[in-house]
Amino acid sequence: MSDLLKVTIDGKSIEVAPGTTILQAARQIGDKYPPAMCYYTPLKNTGGKCRVCLVKVSQTSEANPRPIPKLVASCLTKVENGMVVENESSAEVLEARKGVVEFLLINHPLDCPICDQAGECDLQNLSYEHGTETTRYEEGRREFNKIDIGPHIQLHMTRCILCYRCVYAADQLTNSRVHGVLNRGDVSEISTYIQNSIDNDFSGNIIDVCPVGALTDKTYRFKQRVWFSKPYNAHRNCTKCSGKTVLWMKDENIIRVTARKNKFGEVEEFICNECRFDHRSKTDWVIEGVRDMGDDSVISANKYELPVVSPAVLVDSKFVSE
Amino acid sequence: MGKQILLEHINKPGINTIDGYMKNGGYASVEKALKSMSPDQVVEEVKTSGLRGRGGAGFPTGMKWSFLDKKSNKPKYLVCNADESEPGTFKDRYLMERIPHLLIEGMITSSFALTANTSYIYVRGEMMYVIRILEKAIAEAYAKGFLGKNILGTGYDLDLYVHPGGGAYICGEETALLESLEGKRGNPRNKPPFPAVSGLYDSPTVVNNVETIAAVPWIINNGGASYAAIGIGKSSGTKLISACGNINKPGVYEIELGVPVEEFIYSDQYCGGIPENRELKAVVAGGSSVPILPKELILKTANGEPRLMTYESLSDGGFVSGTMLGSGGFIVFNDQACIVRNLWNFTRFYHHESCGQCSPCREGTGWMEKVLHRIEHGHGKMTDIDLLVDVAKKIEGKTICPLGEAAAWPVASAIRHFRKEFENHILHPESCSAKHLYFGTLAVH
Repeated sequence: MSDLLKVTIDGKSIEVAPGTTILQAARQIGDKYPPAMCYYTPLKNTGGKCRVCLVKVSQTSEANPRPIPKLVASCLTKVENGMVVENESSAEVLEARKGVVEFLLINHPLDCPICDQAGECDLQNLSYEHGTETTRYEEGRREFNKIDIGPHIQLHMTRCILCYRCVYAADQLTNSRVHGVLNRGDVSEISTYIQNSIDNDFSGNIIDVCPVGALTDKTYRFKQRVWFSKPYNAHRNCTKCSGKTVLWMKDENIIRVTARKNKFGEVEEFICNECRFDHRSKTDWVIEGVRDMGDDSVISANKYELPVVSPAVLVDSKFVSE
Repeated sequence: MGKQILLEHINKPGINTIDGYMKNGGYASVEKALKSMSPDQVVEEVKTSGLRGRGGAGFPTGMKWSFLDKKSNKPKYLVCNADESEPGTFKDRYLMERIPHLLIEGMITSSFALTANTSYIYVRGEMMYVIRILEKAIAEAYAKGFLGKNILGTGYDLDLYVHPGGGAYICGEETALLESLEGKRGNPRNKPPFPAVSGLYDSPTVVNNVETIAAVPWIINNGGASYAAIGIGKSSGTKLISACGNINKPGVYEIELGVPVEEFIYSDQYCGGIPENRELKAVVAGGSSVPILPKELILKTANGEPRLMTYESLSDGGFVSGTMLGSGGFIVFNDQACIVRNLWNFTRFYHHESCGQCSPCREGTGWMEKVLHRIEHGHGKMTDIDLLVDVAKKIEGKTICPLGEAAAWPVASAIRHFRKEFENHILHPESCSAKHLYFGTLAVH
């Protein structure tokens, strides 16, 4: 295949199909790919807004060896043959990313201890990886009132980072979008059209696409910390969607149903509200087995395969803290 | 006064009507271009003239036109950016208000060059009276057969529409303007694709500033070479400068590019010096977004050469000791002006006008405004100065559109050249704030 394009990211090369973005190429390499807070592969036109995926292009292509002067958004920039990209190997990129994380956090309430998203929050992961421990921001933080947007979903605008994913999800998955971005600048907010409620068969997906805790499931709010519940792959026959979901169990109860997400945090197949909210009995589902959340997820920590440690080992080795 | 191109007939009686305009040679370029030239010849003529975009970026217009994807089977559009909202800039408004037919003539000739059959003038929402003036002028042009079907019997059709904006600064950014024109929220688009390939309604589009388009008729009538002969080197032709601030004669001036800055400020032909013979302190040379320069650097470059009003000379020295010609909003500060207060005011504007789409600009502009508000009101700390520099650095170059830079440059440059003043504000807040208690000082006197 001669029409594949060769791209080098942080010294590792890969050949990808034309039209692939730098971010997708980096994900294919799979080592250290740029984070993405607004870009979402299953939704068209997303990306370019959060600026955490900025990378440095030190060689535009084989034909044009000049670098691109500014950092580029890797989620939107298409790969060219012979392109050389610096992601984590560039101090400039890391500095810029640190700056963006700081910007995202200055008006974020940092209420992770009481936020349902904690443990599966993209912003939390991002700030652990690229943020600083302290803040230089002394001014008052932006606050919004909670808005009731319907029977199933809670909107907590104060936590929102304005990624626009829920707007694109409503545009592309449902037949009518009743919410959008109001106002502009740092007072812009997600809201519904004159106190409308968001109520249609696929509205629940905006909870799944939200990278932070701004849109949460009302049936699950404050029920459980996510790392204390067990995710199981399950499916049912559904006329509206694929019926393939993840059931989040506490003891024998289904406390939440979500769509299945891949390791990049992106939904594989969107599900309908009936599957998500209405079937909470184990008899409604065919349970396939425990879902592997990946090694780096807090949800997997120390849960399924506890190492059998004998007291003798504990005494004589590294397990004892000094 | 040097050569006048745009403002030559501005004071002739009845110039705002089509009859008065035609009496002074108006619409000659439409006749010439449509009847004796091909669209490509018009583009070539503009290329030869060396005309550069007058909206602020200074990109060569002929080059921009030649990027238009003419092979596309979609309709082509010409959009005139009349969303003039840069603080300190008021040249386009003056032109449209006084001599609207010049813009319309330019639109017809330029649309012909770009083979566009529909063109738009996107006017800032605050200028409703300008919209009425333009609509009246367009109706007159339709009546005379300069617009509509089969213009002057040449078979070329053009419809021209005026579109009022909602009054957002961000809609002066070309892709946000196109979004707004399409009826959507005025958020800038990610580039590429550039408008020349996929602009309005996903079709090839050229967006030009009012002043750029208004220069086209003269170029067609007199030839690109004679336009290129005016000015210095790559800064050819004339430029409207809207001068304001501490000067004796604020207003819109047409200058031949290449006038020394010192002459522009002190000559009676132009600004006429500073009132009460006060000292010059600083100048913002091209609208609020460009870096501010102190007296020593605006009158002479870092090498000691006199600074001229050209794209090249003003940007000599990069951002360390230079600035930009920008949109030509020339703001002069005398020795009493407070740089910190002025900067806070600029930053407040960018905070208010940020569209909120991308995070560095949305959060950073607000942060800078709050810190500057604190410094200005006597609650600043020494660390705040470096904080501002760092925040500005983290916005610059990280955003979707140039508003991020526009907000960051004034902060970075004001601190670069006037750090002492910031420190003074922080160390002696009482003495600085006392200056601004205007009614209080009156009472003392």
